[in-house]
Amino acid sequence: MSQGRVPAALLALAGLGLLFFLLPLVGLIVRAPWDQAIGAIGSPETGTALGLSLFCSLAATAVALVLGIPLAFVLSKTTGNLRSVIRALTTLPMVLPPVVGGVALLLAFGRKGLVGSILYQAFGIQIPFTTAAAVMAETFVAMPFLVIAVEGGLRSLDPRYEEAARALGARGWMVFARVTLPLLRPAIFSGAVLCWARALGEFGATITFAGNFPGRTQTVPVAVYVALETRPESAIVLSLILLAVSLAVLVGMRDRWLGAL
Amino acid sequence: MSLKASVKVSRTPFALDVQLEVKQGETVAVLGPNGAGKTTLLRALAGLVPFEGRVELNGNVLEDSAQRFRVPTEDRHVGLVFQDHVLFPHLSVLDNIAFGLQAQGRPEARKIARGWLERAGLADKAGSMPRELSGGQAQRVALLRTLATEPRLLLLDEPLSALDVTIRAEVRRELARQLNSFPGVRLIVTHDPLEAIALADRLVVLENGHVVQTGTPQEVTARPRSRFVADLAGVNLLRGQGHGDHITLVNGSSVAAPDAGEGNVFAMIHPRAVALYLTRPEGTPRNVWQGETENIDLHGDRVRVRVLGPVPLVAEVTPSAVRDLHLHVGAPVWISVKATEVSVYPA
Repeated sequence: MSQGRVPAALLALAGLGLLFFLLPLVGLIVRAPWDQAIGAIGSPETGTALGLSLFCSLAATAVALVLGIPLAFVLSKTTGNLRSVIRALTTLPMVLPPVVGGVALLLAFGRKGLVGSILYQAFGIQIPFTTAAAVMAETFVAMPFLVIAVEGGLRSLDPRYEEAARALGARGWMVFARVTLPLLRPAIFSGAVLCWARALGEFGATITFAGNFPGRTQTVPVAVYVALETRPESAIVLSLILLAVSLAVLVGMRDRWLGAL
Repeated sequence: MSLKASVKVSRTPFALDVQLEVKQGETVAVLGPNGAGKTTLLRALAGLVPFEGRVELNGNVLEDSAQRFRVPTEDRHVGLVFQDHVLFPHLSVLDNIAFGLQAQGRPEARKIARGWLERAGLADKAGSMPRELSGGQAQRVALLRTLATEPRLLLLDEPLSALDVTIRAEVRRELARQLNSFPGVRLIVTHDPLEAIALADRLVVLENGHVVQTGTPQEVTARPRSRFVADLAGVNLLRGQGHGDHITLVNGSSVAAPDAGEGNVFAMIHPRAVALYLTRPEGTPRNVWQGETENIDLHGDRVRVRVLGPVPLVAEVTPSAVRDLHLHVGAPVWISVKATEVSVYPA
């Protein structure tokens, strides 16, 4: 903190803002049916949703790593209008309402969709309302976080490491695999964690494109929403689990990783 | 077997236009002040900067902008050693040196790399990470990493400037030894005259993107053709028009010299040949001017006095002379130079 005093009005508004974040969390913790919590965690429905959520979010992160790192690499090497276009396309899912993302995915990969109709007619493959659809929905929404983080890392990378590698005779792939990628490790790690956290909490695109089938597409956020009507105590316990995971991510990454963004 | 290069880079406000020839087994130092374009020249030769012109190494064209021909950096067999080494921070010393060999697909790359380390007396550092090395060790590892790829052309960018002054002399001796055992074409760029003179057979003096002088260190310092070289040789350099027995400077002052020639000339005067007096000297030295002491610098057991006047000159005198003449900054002083001490050569 610097020496100057913060005006009282600003202090009050800032406090109000902080309270606004804090109260819902307090509500969640205070109203949690702690006596039933242990039982709810152990229940098969919770376990299934949790397992599916973990699988889908990790799979989405894996897909984002395989596709997102090359995308960030290409993005960092292009210039001009093409760069603006690619950049806008990759960051669009960050600002797009997830439900719209889900609808868009349906229109592209649904049975009558742009690509989906071909897949269905040629191979009999249906993507919507499968676990694969849940993974795709999560990837769609979460991958931009990885791309942005890795591109940031690439931009702050000293280009002379790659130049030195080339001067030593290394070709494109070797430069990428042995020099660029290892030097990007911190950016890739923080990007992957953010991407995973976003995928874990994904709801809108998932329920639209993958639906709500327990054991197949019902991830924890979807289960929370559904349970809120019939079994609110179960919804609260599931929410607590997601909150704990989010807090763990936040504490684990601390400022040094998040600060890189 | 040689390097022939003509490199032109135009990037406002900066322009580089250099013709260069380096023979096999010869070390050439491109010497110039910071911002003269030295690093750009090296990067152009390594294929890291686009330019207009042509580079030919051992008879093979590496780049020819007129033909739109360009061998990519990784295929040039050009070894570039960066100023601050640029060792890969995530690889051990051994893996740094093996990197280039692996890029060439050489079997047993790490074994060969270990051999290089052993010959350099650095075998105990094989497992170290670059951040654990001292500046001198990092410099030697960076050079080994490049030498291990057996380049045809070795480019060194300010090889010693990132090092602490106290270890420079030692690393310089080691570097000179390694340069002499390297069979290819060797090119160094540096702003440090001592480094250039110690390491190079021939100097190419670069100023504002242009070559102002080339020659052996002795030739270059004996007849400076730029303020930069004159300063490094510690001599006074004047430029003017020769008129048989005297030179007219740009500001109209006249300097007597026995063989002043005709046309554009340089005149060099050693500071020890410049005498200082409290009053106008007796006798008939033809070059006598009154001036004002601008600056007094101690150099070992000699004192360098810069005098402003019709002919600005640096004089080198003894400390006792400074006392006797009551010299201080701003003090008036007479200077004289014997005509026979003015050495004139065409510009």
